[in-house]
Amino acid sequence: MKPFDLVRFALQAATGSPLRTGLMALAMAIGVAAVVVLTALGDGARRYVVNEFNSLGSNLVIVLPGRTETGGIGIGTLSTSTTRDLTLRDAAALLRADGVVRIAPLVVGDAEVSSGGRLRSSFVVGTTSDFARVRRLELAQGRFLPDEGLERASSWAVIGATIRDELFGAKPALGARLRIGDRRFRVIGVLAASGQGLGMNTDELVLVPAASAQAMFDTNSLFRILVEARERDALDRVRSQVEDILMARHDGERDVTLLTQDAVVGTFDRILAALTLAVAGIAAISLAVAGILVMNVMLVAVTQRTGEIGLLKALGAAPGAIRSAFLAEAALLSLAGAAIGLLLGFTGAALLRAVFPELPAYPPSWAVVAGLATSLATGVGFGVLPARRAARLDPVQALARGL
Amino acid sequence: MSQIELYEIDRIFEIGDSCVHALKSITLTIDAGEYLAVMGPSGSGKSTLLNILGLLDRPNHGRYRLEGHEVGALPPDQQARVRSERIGFVFQSFHLVPRLSAADNVALPMMLAGIPAGERRRRVADALAGVGLESRADHRPQQLSGGQRQRVAIARATIMRPAVLLADEPTGNLDRTTGTEVTELLEDLNRAGTTLIVVTHDPAMGERAHRCLQMEDGALRADRRR
Repeated sequence: MKPFDLVRFALQAATGSPLRTGLMALAMAIGVAAVVVLTALGDGARRYVVNEFNSLGSNLVIVLPGRTETGGIGIGTLSTSTTRDLTLRDAAALLRADGVVRIAPLVVGDAEVSSGGRLRSSFVVGTTSDFARVRRLELAQGRFLPDEGLERASSWAVIGATIRDELFGAKPALGARLRIGDRRFRVIGVLAASGQGLGMNTDELVLVPAASAQAMFDTNSLFRILVEARERDALDRVRSQVEDILMARHDGERDVTLLTQDAVVGTFDRILAALTLAVAGIAAISLAVAGILVMNVMLVAVTQRTGEIGLLKALGAAPGAIRSAFLAEAALLSLAGAAIGLLLGFTGAALLRAVFPELPAYPPSWAVVAGLATSLATGVGFGVLPARRAARLDPVQALARGL
Repeated sequence: MSQIELYEIDRIFEIGDSCVHALKSITLTIDAGEYLAVMGPSGSGKSTLLNILGLLDRPNHGRYRLEGHEVGALPPDQQARVRSERIGFVFQSFHLVPRLSAADNVALPMMLAGIPAGERRRRVADALAGVGLESRADHRPQQLSGGQRQRVAIARATIMRPAVLLADEPTGNLDRTTGTEVTELLEDLNRAGTTLIVVTHDPAMGERAHRCLQMEDGALRADRRR
């Protein structure tokens, strides 16, 4: 039998019983659609998180005070129980490392912010002029904190878009006086609205010079230091330089934790990719169930078409030809189901994106290929038993069944 | 050398504990171009004999040579090839595939044999014209009368130009007039050189054959030639 004839014959056989064919294709379609939609969801979440992290700047080393031990409590953790604070002088010292382009110390706290009788509580970040470039902040109005050196506690403030709206409304904010805690500031800049962000929402931030924030919160320590390396490849070198400088300044104690953006992103990437795989696996179970349905339905088809099989044998069909005909039918049904499933799946993913615009819920191509391949493999795999049964039918008894 | 040589063919069916001896040591030779009727009561082994001649069934003992080749012991794939190229079947209940048109039904053996579509179309048109159904090529079997269906089935059985045509009660489901027409069609094919072996209950058809085998209890009782 020529391949084209085989396909045509299988197609005619399949369309000969529309209900049976339709149900089987539907089962396959649901399985494939599940794989596509669920992986789109998983991969969308992964991309969302990775994009968010990358928007924070990808060649950053983040310095945290204290050492995070992952080995539980041991001698080491007990002996280094006193951690030194990170200070502005530590931050300034890091600029000596040759791979470092700029640094931004962070001092954070909550404070009441008021202007013209309006008052709200806000997250206040004390930092330096380089913070804008390190975090890639855009300004809507005015300018960012001036470069005055680390130690100067000047009274400039840059506010987020939401703060501006809530405190000033339609009134001009630039140049306005602002009271933060018990200190007075002058607004010199307004950040561009950034929408959602991972970690902190810059729309609700008030930025002041680091030294001013330290005075306001009555502390000498820093929350963390953001260190920007010259390039991504220099990250490892910068990391060890930062560690050496701080160790030297802290009497030889390694009492800081260094995080690189890459490591954090990589971890999230791996976790979410694994999650996507797991979800795909669960969806694939529905494909296996569809495969069993294919087998069931094909077995019924063999029983229904026993007379036809007998006839084909009488007309000179070799057992192999009959096996191929039934396998081709199972494969065609699976393919049709998979095609419908892809359509459903892509529609579902598009719907997801419409409902959650921030989620890039595009099904990954590996999942589409795997979904198609699995449906075809299960369809054909579970079609083998019925096809073999058809091929082995005794023609005399099969013919006695009539058509 | 005869076209068909059966030598001491036995066919035993095991049904539960008991054995049914459907064919008992049948030895038979049939020459090319013969017109042979196999007659006998129900259960006499006529159909079993026909199935063995058509390679649909295997004898338990004995040898079957077709055109000088030992075909009874061939593996299934090669038997299928012999069926495809040398043997045509006509059944009592026509056995047309309901979802296929008359033309597609006739083309089925050629499709199974892998003959190209162009040649198939040509030969199908000739074959349908040969049985007087050229205008019914696109009809489904259920749109055809019994006599027309059997003529489509005969066109299908002869489309591969077989050497032997096996017919199992070909007129059993037809009225006398259409039955006679179908019989005449088969006899035309026989006159053109095809060996025709007909299993029948119909004494009139038995009378028309040039040679008549009488079977009883799985054995040959009589072998009359005219």
